[in-house]
Amino acid sequence: MKYLCLIYSDEKLLHSLPESPRDPECFDYAETVQQSGRLLAAEPLEPVATATTVRVRGGKLSITDGPFAETKEQLAGFYLIEARDLNEALQIAGGIPAARVGSVEVRPVRQLQLEG
Amino acid sequence: MDRQNKPVETALERLYREESRRVLATLIRLLGDFDLAEEALHEAFRAAMEQWPEQGVPANPRGWLVSAGRFKAIDQLRRQARFQALDDVEEPAGGDAWNGEHLEDDRLRLIFTCCHPALAPDSQVALTLREVCDLTTEEIASAFLATPPTIAQRIVRAKNKIRDARIPYEVPGRRELPERLEAVLRVVYLVFNEGYFASSGDELTRQHLSAEAIRLGRLLCELLPESEVRGLLALMLLQESRRGARSDAEGQPVLLEEQDRDLWDRALIVEGEAQIKAAFDSGEIGPYCLQAAIAAVHAEAASVEATDWAQIVGLYDVLLGAAPSPVIELNRAVALAMRDGAETGLHQVEAILERGELADYHLAHAARADLNRRLGRWSEARAAYQRALQLSQQGADRQFLERRLAELPGA
Repeated sequence: MKYLCLIYSDEKLLHSLPESPRDPECFDYAETVQQSGRLLAAEPLEPVATATTVRVRGGKLSITDGPFAETKEQLAGFYLIEARDLNEALQIAGGIPAARVGSVEVRPVRQLQLEG
Repeated sequence: MDRQNKPVETALERLYREESRRVLATLIRLLGDFDLAEEALHEAFRAAMEQWPEQGVPANPRGWLVSAGRFKAIDQLRRQARFQALDDVEEPAGGDAWNGEHLEDDRLRLIFTCCHPALAPDSQVALTLREVCDLTTEEIASAFLATPPTIAQRIVRAKNKIRDARIPYEVPGRRELPERLEAVLRVVYLVFNEGYFASSGDELTRQHLSAEAIRLGRLLCELLPESEVRGLLALMLLQESRRGARSDAEGQPVLLEEQDRDLWDRALIVEGEAQIKAAFDSGEIGPYCLQAAIAAVHAEAASVEATDWAQIVGLYDVLLGAAPSPVIELNRAVALAMRDGAETGLHQVEAILERGELADYHLAHAARADLNRRLGRWSEARAAYQRALQLSQQGADRQFLERRLAELPGA
């Protein structure tokens, strides 16, 4: 069985509390899970200000700034993709069939800072 | 600066006015960062200020500025030991990094990037005015009734998103172009309308804003002469041509039918009509072309009575087919009243109001009031003017409605 573990937090606090994780700690934990043979993928995300939402309605691709905001929508799946830039990512996101009825939030993956 | 440097100084000022946005657009491409490019632009002009008085103005000043700016930026990055990324910057083939064609592409790249749909709409407007038009944050703030820090924040947020989400600095390909161009035209028209219709802000600021929108429209026409680009430019030119006639000495609005048509700017009308003709010749007609064509029918008519209302109604019919909207239906109903009489028009306006979408739109009630007035139905006219007044926010519109109300016979 595969499981998706989703991380939620108040992003203003995520990196500023005494218990806040540091990037090397996050990296180490991911590596531990990897060594146990159970990690498929793990990535931190850029803040929500970098989010773009894609929808397809009436065959037309709509692109808007910001995360999806409909509270009646629930998380239904994910794609982790490699794209040249945001335009290519948005085109791929717009091709996801569920974009016709739901929303696809596109967020860049962040690089962990392991030095310093 | 001593007297000897005066000619160089003047040349530089002119160059800054005419070329700084082009140079900036190219520096953003070469450096991959808005802030870095802006700093480099200023460094380049500072270097020119120091060197040109002694060495003379170079043969290709724009190319010199781009080279100098890029050099200064790389130098600065080296000092900060962040230079690795810049070694990846590709030089255009033949080493001719700044030939004319490339520079024009860069300006178009800048416009498309500033109007990227992944940026918030108000950020698109602020960023375009700042980066493409070189308006200061203070100027943008006063035009949009916002504070300079708010505008500055919008711009910073947009630049951060461009960098962090990696919004590419490019003109979209054929497949995406129509939609992306729509977004660019929307931003340009929004800037124009803010300068033309909003009653807030002082007249000088608003004129400046409309002039910038027209300048952008002309630039787009030059770089990307698609039919809707021409249509938007024509629409703005034809609306702008009436600016001198659309308000009286006290700043009160004057309706189209009451305007002194001798005050209309003929040069703008001629330029607008030429753009419409070119657009219609291309055979692809969109909503901006159609709206411009309607404006052109007015521009050609010597008076309200001499206006070809049948043609206007026909154009509205096509426009409704291309871009259905209740506001356009309302405008069509008003034109219909001119073609077939107030009774027919009123019937249509009431049908639209009954559907509810425009129930809170003051101009719909103003149209109902006006048609009732023309039919001599004073009490209906009065009720509709009062409803329009309740809904109207803008000072000049309100004064106009109040005047009309006061002019009705029998109080």
